Amino acid sequence: MTPEVLTLSNSPLLFTAAMLAKILVAFTVTILIVAYATWVERKVIGRMQTRMGPTMTGPKGLLQPIADGLKLFFKEDIIPAEAHTFAFILAPMMILAPAFISIAVIPFGGDIQYTYDGVTYLIPLQVTDLNIGILFILAMAGLGVYGIVLAGLASNSKYSLLGGIRSTAQMISYELAAGLSIVAIFMLSESLSLRDIVAAQQGPLWGLEALSFLPNWYVFTQPLAFGLFVISGMAEINRTPFDLPEAETELVSGFCTEYSSMKYALFFMAEYANMVTVSAIGATLFLGGWAGPFYSPINFLIKVFAAMFFMIWIRATFPRFRYDQLMTLGWKILLPLALANIVFTGVAVILWQ
Amino acid sequence: MEAILFYLTALVAVVAAFFVTKCRNPVNSALCLVTNFICLAVFYVMLEAPFMAAIQIMVYAGAIMVLIVFVIMLLNLGTAVKSRYTHGLAAGGVLSVLMLLVATVFLGKGSATATGGEVTSELIQSYGHTELIGRAMFTDFLLPFEIASILLLVAIIGAVVLSKRKV
Repeated sequence: MTPEVLTLSNSPLLFTAAMLAKILVAFTVTILIVAYATWVERKVIGRMQTRMGPTMTGPKGLLQPIADGLKLFFKEDIIPAEAHTFAFILAPMMILAPAFISIAVIPFGGDIQYTYDGVTYLIPLQVTDLNIGILFILAMAGLGVYGIVLAGLASNSKYSLLGGIRSTAQMISYELAAGLSIVAIFMLSESLSLRDIVAAQQGPLWGLEALSFLPNWYVFTQPLAFGLFVISGMAEINRTPFDLPEAETELVSGFCTEYSSMKYALFFMAEYANMVTVSAIGATLFLGGWAGPFYSPINFLIKVFAAMFFMIWIRATFPRFRYDQLMTLGWKILLPLALANIVFTGVAVILWQ
Repeated sequence: MEAILFYLTALVAVVAAFFVTKCRNPVNSALCLVTNFICLAVFYVMLEAPFMAAIQIMVYAGAIMVLIVFVIMLLNLGTAVKSRYTHGLAAGGVLSVLMLLVATVFLGKGSATATGGEVTSELIQSYGHTELIGRAMFTDFLLPFEIASILLLVAIIGAVVLSKRKV
């Protein structure tokens, strides 16, 4: 008997239980990665700059994220008298929520079989498989801008406002390039569902046995799109060298200058949550998702961690962009390249068929 | 279940739409408008049109509203407006009552709600909503699609010409 995919109609009880378990696991793992990404970042950058990083709190400084969290939790929460209170409180939530919601459509492992009441079900390791998976992610990325805009606007401070304006312009510009670089992927996979995109990347490269030492990942088929996605993805989540919205030397702390206590911590969590999300999207779209030699979620986590290490490495290596350089790069180089890549891919797909 | 969800979302949408006009602070108005757009996206999902929902959030909430907020930010309109506009409120009230009357008349006739098109739920289940839209757009409605793209091109060139610095 062939196992059937678990849905709400064929086993409501098991479906609900599996769903809750998947949501809990995905959320907890993301939160843990977010907390320990700060520790890893400080350690790695410390080593790259020949210093130790955190060492005092716990063995090898492992309790440092918890200590930081506790410290911020007990700080006084200040809302400036001139701020728009409602938008000021809403902003940190609006920046954090889209980052976590995007995780819902990412497949973090292959299907597992589970026998219940004598029937074998296939449980996909993905919170939900939307027909429009990539568009959902792009839509959520679009909503992520609001957090920063509101923070800049509601604080009623010139540094926050300048940081907010900079980051809005930057995120709108690079969202376009990131979205267009992804278009080439779903021209090849002929599906917007992330589950189908991962399935399309199995087997040897281009289905040729002679190339069986390389997997059919889109990073080999679409190297230009991958490069564009990496650059514009990092720009969109404001990682160095694109962290102009919070350029310390010019803008104190950019859009989060006026924030304190847990609200400030939420901005930091959002930065690392965005890092996790972008790494996970990149691993799914370009690096074959959960495919690999080990147990499937382990493969996926390895790819995500590698991408995150790359971002930390870049942060330790490159200086910050100047603002006009950033805009020139986005509009005059990345956008035309992404459009050319789409045209080229379209012609190639027609010829290949 | 679906009816309960519909009424909850409709309630949020109507309250948000009310506060778009009620808020003195343009920032809060913009936020309420975003809430309204997201409610519309939820309606699209309920009508088995997930593609429309995603595009609704991407284009309206993600692009157009961000631009509006950006303009509010650049023009420094973030301060609350103190004066009241009673004339506008009265005119708006009369207009919405008229709209409600027209809507109830048309709904009562039944021709606006009971018609079914070629696209059914089974078709959406088997092909997917995105594929159906793509097929319709690039076969039956190719000419309107191309005309719209030329219109957009003209708008883009116009924007470049208007904002270009004199060299």
